[in-house]
Order: sequence, then structure tokens, then C-alpha cells
Amino acid sequence: MTVNKVQDTIIEEFSVFEDWMDKYNLLIDFGKDLPVIDPKFKVKDYLIEGCQSKVWLYPELRDNKIKFSADSDAIITRGIVSLLIKVLSDRTPDEIISSDLYFIDRIGLRQNLSPTRSNGLLSMVRQMKLYAMAYKAKDKSKK
Amino acid sequence: MKNISDIRSDFPLLSRKVYDKPLVYFDNGATTQKPQCVIDAFNEVFTEYNANIHRGVHALSDRASEEYEKAREKVRSFINAGSREEVIFTSGTTGSINTVAFSFGERFINTGDEIIISHLEHHANIVPWQMMCDRKGAILKVIPINDRGEILFDEYLKLLNNRTKIVAVTQVSNALGTILPVKEIIKAAHSMNIPVMVDGAQGIQHGAIDVAAMDCDFYVFSGHKIYAPTGIGVLYGKTKWLSDLPPYQGGGDMVANVTFEKTTYNELPFKFEAGTMNFPGAIGLGVAIDYILSLGLEDIEKREKELLVYATERISGIKEVKIYGNTDRKISIISFLINNIHQYDAGMVLDKLGIAVRTGTHCAQPVMDRFGIDGTIRASMCFYNTTEEIDLLGTGIEKVIKMFAK
Repeated sequence: MTVNKVQDTIIEEFSVFEDWMDKYNLLIDFGKDLPVIDPKFKVKDYLIEGCQSKVWLYPELRDNKIKFSADSDAIITRGIVSLLIKVLSDRTPDEIISSDLYFIDRIGLRQNLSPTRSNGLLSMVRQMKLYAMAYKAKDKSKK
Repeated sequence: MKNISDIRSDFPLLSRKVYDKPLVYFDNGATTQKPQCVIDAFNEVFTEYNANIHRGVHALSDRASEEYEKAREKVRSFINAGSREEVIFTSGTTGSINTVAFSFGERFINTGDEIIISHLEHHANIVPWQMMCDRKGAILKVIPINDRGEILFDEYLKLLNNRTKIVAVTQVSNALGTILPVKEIIKAAHSMNIPVMVDGAQGIQHGAIDVAAMDCDFYVFSGHKIYAPTGIGVLYGKTKWLSDLPPYQGGGDMVANVTFEKTTYNELPFKFEAGTMNFPGAIGLGVAIDYILSLGLEDIEKREKELLVYATERISGIKEVKIYGNTDRKISIISFLINNIHQYDAGMVLDKLGIAVRTGTHCAQPVMDRFGIDGTIRASMCFYNTTEEIDLLGTGIEKVIKMFAK
């Protein structure tokens, strides 16, 4: 599935619910599918410091695709990370770098997921793209 | 005191809705809402007499300067300072503390000197002193606290010695609500001729403040925590200190005479008021002071105490809740955690219920470290809050528990 196809699926799943409580519950459920980071990588090097909750994100390059695993100490944040991973994990660096993440605006949790809420969403996306750029640069220098 | 519905109608923002729910505003420790009279005063400045103060010869500037100085007098009388020269307007508590830390440091601090703060300080009363210590090679000493969130007074006494140059403590902990025994702290320091600065950011709005009776050498606070606009604050200092300290910032209005060879400084309080001051903010602060005086400081204190008692009973009645800061002497703040639920998760859900609380470290990381936690949920109440709102918070917490207990 393309990046946008996954985004559209997520948007559809959220569109079923009007009530914020149901949306949060769905987010919490998504959090349960999160590919959990190996505890040995739950260290400062992989910590994305948002103001409100901790997020650890670990990238792994396999067959020119980046696999992300992550965790957070807050359940709603874990749900948010799991959505990002659904969309961006197992992708080539180019796919990640060029992705336009419109689903964040469209799932109706915009205020909660916006960067001003200092939940580190923006830092998460930025970090994922930075990893992708780093792998791409490394790959180029090899060739 | 006015009845509660009349008081609430003085604050237009309190009647608004968020997510279609009536707003429950429990983030007064971060900033307070403004009564209509303060909003009107601010408006009046810009519609009737906005002009730079202390400069023009024209009518508008005269009026603005006069109102600004009237506001200074209101602050003076409110905190019972000896004279208007002792009341400096600043940008806020942070601005005031930076002024004291810098100017006092420049004048009095040398290598190996010691500064005492407490473990309960807001970052604003830690970092400026650390910066000064770095500059001067001085050492920061910290009064420890116990599990109830109270300072260990005997440990404080042990820290005082002939290298101690200043004690800078908060009047009230912003994270836990603890009221510190500032009078006793000052008495002990003065017995060794050590001056004391009191951070009144969380103390100014809950009852009468008398700097003369307290006998502090410096007292600082922010306007926005006492129903006035943001960007205005106060630095009170005893004349003997203020006249001895060098200015913090240079600029217009703080000078008597400027040549390229030498500048002489203006007299107090202007020596510490460089550049165009926030005169609309100062005027708003004056009006806010009039407003709370009209409600009655004793009544405010009494009402907030009742709210604290009610909230403590309601919230601690939920068995999953743990309250941090359990001293008998505290202001109307409840800092708590719900079992193993992250404060951020709880805050997000409470927000959707229309309840505004603060979550996180409250700019007091050392306090959180002391209790081995990452943060708390803080409900900070003031006189315009109601027991019904506390019940809504209680129900909200129960909803949070249900949601995350799965």
C-alpha cells in the first residue's frame, strides 16, 4: 500500500466516529498494535523529547527500507506514534522524505495532534524524515 | 463578599464554552483570567491617552505618566512598601529575579560565595542564580524538602554561614502549593545580616502581603497571576539595597545625564526602568489591585481555603488518586497523579470535558525529581471557582480512570 493509501484507510477508520471519546479509544487501540522498541534502545539516543510525554523511536534499515519501532510512556501518544509508524514504516528513504502527512489534519483530532500542543508530533515526523535523509546520504556515499 | 455568580460575571472569559462544554478553569497558577474592569482599563489606555510616559510635554503623555505613577502608588500601598522608590515595574517575576540576581551578583558576589534557594523553586528562581554563580564562581545551596513537600527548616539553618550572601526563596510552591515559612526564613538570615529575596509569584494573589511586616529585602511578583495583564511585574526592594545596586539594563529614562565619556543614572525607581515601560500593563495592574481589594483580601483567602478543603476531600476520596504536597499550610492547589495513568493522557481527556488543568513538571523539575515522577496534574483554584466545578473535576477523573484502566 502506498503512503497515501494507508493515510486514507486511517482517515476512513476515524470518520466512523463523531465523539472525541470514541476517537481517543480508537487511538488507544491503535497504540496496542505499535511495534514496540527493543528495551535496549529505550535510551537517551533514541528519545524524542516532547514537552509532555516521552517517545522513543528506533530506525532499522533492511533491504533499503526503514523499519521503525517505538514506545511512549503516555497511551494517547503511543496511539499517535503507532499511526505515524503505520504510514511511514517499511518504506524507502525517498518515500518517507517525500511524504505529505495530510491524515493528521483529517482525522478530526487536529487540535490534539497539532505541534502547539507540544506532544512532540512534529518532532516525531521530523525525526523520521531525518533518519530517512541520513540513510539516503549514507547510501549515496557508498555508491 | 459579592456572591459567586456576581463575581463570575465580572470575568467574561469564565462564561465561555470549550468543546460545547462550560469551561472549568483550574489553571490559575499558570495565569488568571481578567475582570472586565481590567480589560476596560487596558482598552481605555489605547482609546484615550496612549502616549509615551515620562517624556512628552503634551497632555496625553502627562496623563499616561500620571496613571502609571498612580499604579505604582497602588502597588506600594497594596504590599505596604515604605515608598514609591522601592517599587520597580518589570516585565514579570522572571524579569524581576533576573534583575536582582544580576545586579546583586555584580555588586556583592565573589568567588566562593554562597546563595541559598529551596528545593521548591520554580525554574525562574533557579536559573538566574545559576547563571550568576557561573559568572562569579559562586555556589548554589539548596534547602531540602520532606515527603510532605515542606522545607526542612533545620537544614536551612545549617546552610547559613558567613559565605552566604543572599537567600532567594519562593513564598509558595507553584508545583505543590506549599506555603513556606518566609518570615522565619528571613529572621534567621537577618540574624546573620544576610538579605532575603521572596518570590511572590504564587503568593501575591491569595491574601494580604505586607513586605514591611515580612521584612524581606526583595519581593517579586507578576501581574498576570493577580488578574492583571501579562508582561507587567514588580520588583520591590528596600531602598538601602536598590540604591546600592548597579542597574540591570541600560537605556532611555534610566539615566540622569549621558555623554560619550560618562553616564550618570537616574534616581530610584527609574534607575531600574530602562526603555519604554509597559505602562498599559502597569495601569491594568493597578485596576486589578483595586478589584481584589473591593472583594476583600480576607474573604478571598477564606473562600480559597474552603475550595481547597472541598477539593482535597473530593479528589483524595478517589482511591486511585495520589496527591503530592500534603502540608497543612498550602494554597488552593492540588497536584496529583492517577494510579499509573500518564498525566498527559489524563490532561487530554479532562481538556475534552472542558476542564483546564496543567500537566507536566510545572517548570519545577527538581520537585518532580524529588518525588521520582515525571510530572503531575495540577488543579489550581482561585476565588471565582466553585464547588460544582470541583465536582466536575472529580467526575472527570473518574472518567479518565475508566478510559485508561482497560
